[in-house]
Amino acid sequence: MFVLLKTFFIGVVLGLLAAAGVLYAVPAVDQKREASIVTVAPNGGNTEVFHSRIPMDQILQGDPRQAGSVPPGLEWPSDEILANVRAELFKIRNAQGVIVGVAARTAAKTDDTDVIDWVLHLPARGSLFVNMDVTPREGGFRLGQIRSGSREFSLLHGFMTERWVETASDDEDAPTGRIELSATYASTLEPLDTEEAAE
Amino acid sequence: MKHLVSLVLGLIVGVILFAAGLLYNPFNADRGLSPLSVTNAEVIALNFANVPAESIAYTNNGETLHHPHPEKVVQLWEAPVRMTSAMATVMRDARNRVAGIGVKFSSRSESTRLWTGEAIVDSVWYVYLPDYGSLFIEQTENYFPFIREVAFPAWRSSANHWRGNWLGDVTAGPGALGTAAVTGGSGRLEGLSMAAVESMTVKAFSAETGLVSAEGRLIIEMPYDQDPANDADTP
Repeated sequence: MFVLLKTFFIGVVLGLLAAAGVLYAVPAVDQKREASIVTVAPNGGNTEVFHSRIPMDQILQGDPRQAGSVPPGLEWPSDEILANVRAELFKIRNAQGVIVGVAARTAAKTDDTDVIDWVLHLPARGSLFVNMDVTPREGGFRLGQIRSGSREFSLLHGFMTERWVETASDDEDAPTGRIELSATYASTLEPLDTEEAAE
Repeated sequence: MKHLVSLVLGLIVGVILFAAGLLYNPFNADRGLSPLSVTNAEVIALNFANVPAESIAYTNNGETLHHPHPEKVVQLWEAPVRMTSAMATVMRDARNRVAGIGVKFSSRSESTRLWTGEAIVDSVWYVYLPDYGSLFIEQTENYFPFIREVAFPAWRSSANHWRGNWLGDVTAGPGALGTAAVTGGSGRLEGLSMAAVESMTVKAFSAETGLVSAEGRLIIEMPYDQDPANDADTP
């Protein structure tokens, strides 16, 4: 009986240790990472291109002025205050066409200012918040400034362009086009500490 | 044979004891009072529906507790976004009037450490308030107190259901006081750096379908020298 009890308590201790070991060694969350496809920009900084294929990557399109909301069955709020607000959610792909994150684009008209904002969320890396100029540039693209970022992007600033590229293919399953986003990052300058500067 | 059975029973008891210790560890207690509940600065208070079916749209990988809404919304099943959810919801002010629209992206975080009571979610909010402008909120959220006090009791109950009144802050960082970092993007909020806390009130939770009755709240603290709308209009 005593030996059985002893074995039981050894089992309890081993169980505690095994559970602790598993919890310590096996990560509770392991995000799948796609390698960043970054190129060096000619005037400094790094450029990364994302795109979203329309309509297959469109998660949501809410606009009080349009009947064709996405997804079917979407009840976009009809409140007066949101009468000039249009929001869209997309999946975004990297340069190789692999889905790497999600993004939100909001466009709004007010008496004072018009707003076009993007938020890009790349789960394994972080998020970017970009304010776009409302007026498109020559060449049909809009330019925007990276206002803020989280995690990997928290120390970066720079700009991003958006442009609509229509698909030439007549294939029935082909997307009608894609929204192309090109982000150019530059890191924030930080003063060297005195020891580093002395070297 | 007897010894083997005894050892296996011991192992099972050990694992159960470890799980119990993890859940009821007094050192993993809730942080309690929100740092913004004692602020003297102006705050913007925004309420939103936290139950996916009450939002404008909600999507995830389609296999987790909360079901995507509306039913035909595109799901996030691809590997890099499988642990991510996206929600668009109406933001209401303290008087329950529609104040704007909010989009939240949440991803389970690799900094989750159940040892130390950290079930971390990395999330960002984009909030557009037509009267004020746009906001970007970056935060890490800790759902461990929610799991311990709501989800686990619901799972343990024979009806797979929890009812009560749970109120807690989910924001745990990146601010030193456990606050979220807020950047104003446009309008009157343009260029402002602020702090925020997201909290949640849960009244009913099902272990099978997730949140049944819940409301979320964002409290955004304005900088001391900035009054966005003269008190009377502050949401």
